[in-house]
Amino acid sequence: MEFFLHLLVNGLSLGFLYALSALGFVMIFKSSSVLNLAHGELLAIGAFLFLVLSAWAELPIILAFVLTLVGTFLLGFVVERFFLRPLIGENLIEVIMLTLGLGIMFKGLLLFIFGGDIHNYPSFLPPALSIDLGMVRVPSVYVATFIIGILFLIIFGLFFKHSSQGIYMRSVADNQPAALSLGVHVRRVFALSWAIAFIVAAISGIVLGIINGINVHELSAIGLKVFPVVILGGLDSIGGAILGGVIIGLLETFTGGYISTSLREVIPYIVLVFILMVRPYGLFGLVEIERV
Amino acid sequence: MRTLRFHPCGNFKESYRSELTIYETDFGRMWTLVGLFLIFAVVPFTAKSYALYVLNIIGIYSIAAVGLNLLIGYTGQISLGHGAFFGVGAYAAAILATRAGLPFIVTVPAAGLLTALVGIVFGLPSARLKHLYLLIATLAGQFIIEYVMVQWDSLTGGAEGIVLPAASLFGIDLGTDKKFFYVVFVSFVAMTWFAVNIVRTRYGRAFIAVRDNDLAAEGMGIPIFRYKLLAFAISSFYAGFAGALFAYYMMAITPEPFNLWLSIEYIAMIIIGGLGSIPGSVFGAVFIVLLNETLTHITDILMNLGTSVGAAITIAPLKEFVFGLAIVVFIIFEPKGLAEVWRIVRSSFRLWPFSY
Repeated sequence: MEFFLHLLVNGLSLGFLYALSALGFVMIFKSSSVLNLAHGELLAIGAFLFLVLSAWAELPIILAFVLTLVGTFLLGFVVERFFLRPLIGENLIEVIMLTLGLGIMFKGLLLFIFGGDIHNYPSFLPPALSIDLGMVRVPSVYVATFIIGILFLIIFGLFFKHSSQGIYMRSVADNQPAALSLGVHVRRVFALSWAIAFIVAAISGIVLGIINGINVHELSAIGLKVFPVVILGGLDSIGGAILGGVIIGLLETFTGGYISTSLREVIPYIVLVFILMVRPYGLFGLVEIERV
Repeated sequence: MRTLRFHPCGNFKESYRSELTIYETDFGRMWTLVGLFLIFAVVPFTAKSYALYVLNIIGIYSIAAVGLNLLIGYTGQISLGHGAFFGVGAYAAAILATRAGLPFIVTVPAAGLLTALVGIVFGLPSARLKHLYLLIATLAGQFIIEYVMVQWDSLTGGAEGIVLPAASLFGIDLGTDKKFFYVVFVSFVAMTWFAVNIVRTRYGRAFIAVRDNDLAAEGMGIPIFRYKLLAFAISSFYAGFAGALFAYYMMAITPEPFNLWLSIEYIAMIIIGGLGSIPGSVFGAVFIVLLNETLTHITDILMNLGTSVGAAITIAPLKEFVFGLAIVVFIIFEPKGLAEVWRIVRSSFRLWPFSY
């Protein structure tokens, strides 16, 4: 029983991590229907920027955090302007391949600067956040992850439903030419959505970094773990991303605990194939699959 | 004999037949003959062993890249699992050669056919999935195949891999680079010939129709699911064939090289070379292999420099950076790839003093 509880808590924590990393991915997909293969590297960029500001420049944590957000926001604009802007209106294949190239480029750059070692942040979260559940203790980081996840869910839910920018974003994702002809400023929408996605990725990257240490390889691998999560939840659903993350997290830890540790890494992808065959739009995704 | 055409001053085609010809002018035909002569009669006798090694790798990668281009460039089905299919071919050949003791001439095509079967299995999701969803499905396929290669110890030897018996064809031992060069390039020419011709037949036309508009293709009576599976099968056959050659050439295989990175390299090849162009895939393979080799050399030089200066410089990430940069630059500035660059260069020569 204790083992089961242990696995349950671990799975939930891991799941929330996945959910958090999937959020930025869903942001980009929801606002521009681009499948971002560079997502893991975006996580890493945010995490490393925060590392530089907090541990190397020794700024106060809050200031470092705010500067990271501002920095990644601007970086999002720059990346969009120079790499994605030229491809507005091009085939989706090319945009996806471009994100693939960008991801490899960023990864090389980060490895070049920071190397492949694991770095760590100075610890700064208040220990009072941690929760004692009798047999298992939930560390404060996980509680923070949980809070951030819920916050994101509420903020972005409201943003996409009620703010004009959010509605523009959805219209662009749905039908770019139609949005253009109705007077939506598609370029601005793109720029904004990439900038926001960079911020979301930075926050997720920082949380991941606090828990596992910051390592380029690991963070970019998590960028690929995002796929089972978002497909399960539905590619364009933020709530789905969170639920999908939790399910995949639980699945991984339980497979690792009860069946075999080597199967653990691959089980999300096996599930992914099944979901794709049975219900490609996921649990909460928009049902718009064409059957051909 | 008909008159040779060298410089048509415009497009004067009178029939679909002449529209479909591979060579627009007889220059192309002539240069192909010259190229074949150079490959088979000059290069093997003049090139050094290292150059032959690089050429062999280029030949093997080209075969697989041509296959991938048939799938992505012509049929429009994105696959991120080509590296794994290449690996399936390598393992199939290795297992057939060691367990069943079959000779080289049987194992290589058999590996291709087995990989084609695996390709069909992973192509099944394409019945319902398009674009992104298919890409994600093939990505999952990549991870699942990798997992099987590592974990199915009894068959694949796990992380230690398999050592292959020496390849021999018609009693000739293929142990040297030069002899293997002939095997690789004869297969390369045959496979490329097949690919160039298949895109001109009804099958190739159907592939292109599926790529351009699947609904319209269905409406015109093309059973698109069958053609998608056929494209997956052909593309995987190419990958498996190339993988089998690779396994024999390397003499021993482990699951290591057939990871996601290899799939990305293949995608990079056909993007840089040119989607929907058979010569483009070959250009791309040449570009990527040469880039790989150059970067390895630069890394070595810089490493030596680093140790002699006393500061250890790690340049390994340079490779990833340059790869990513190459993909990005080509997509932004020349989405049609090296094939288009080549066409522009050629036509500017042809139009030379009076270019417009």
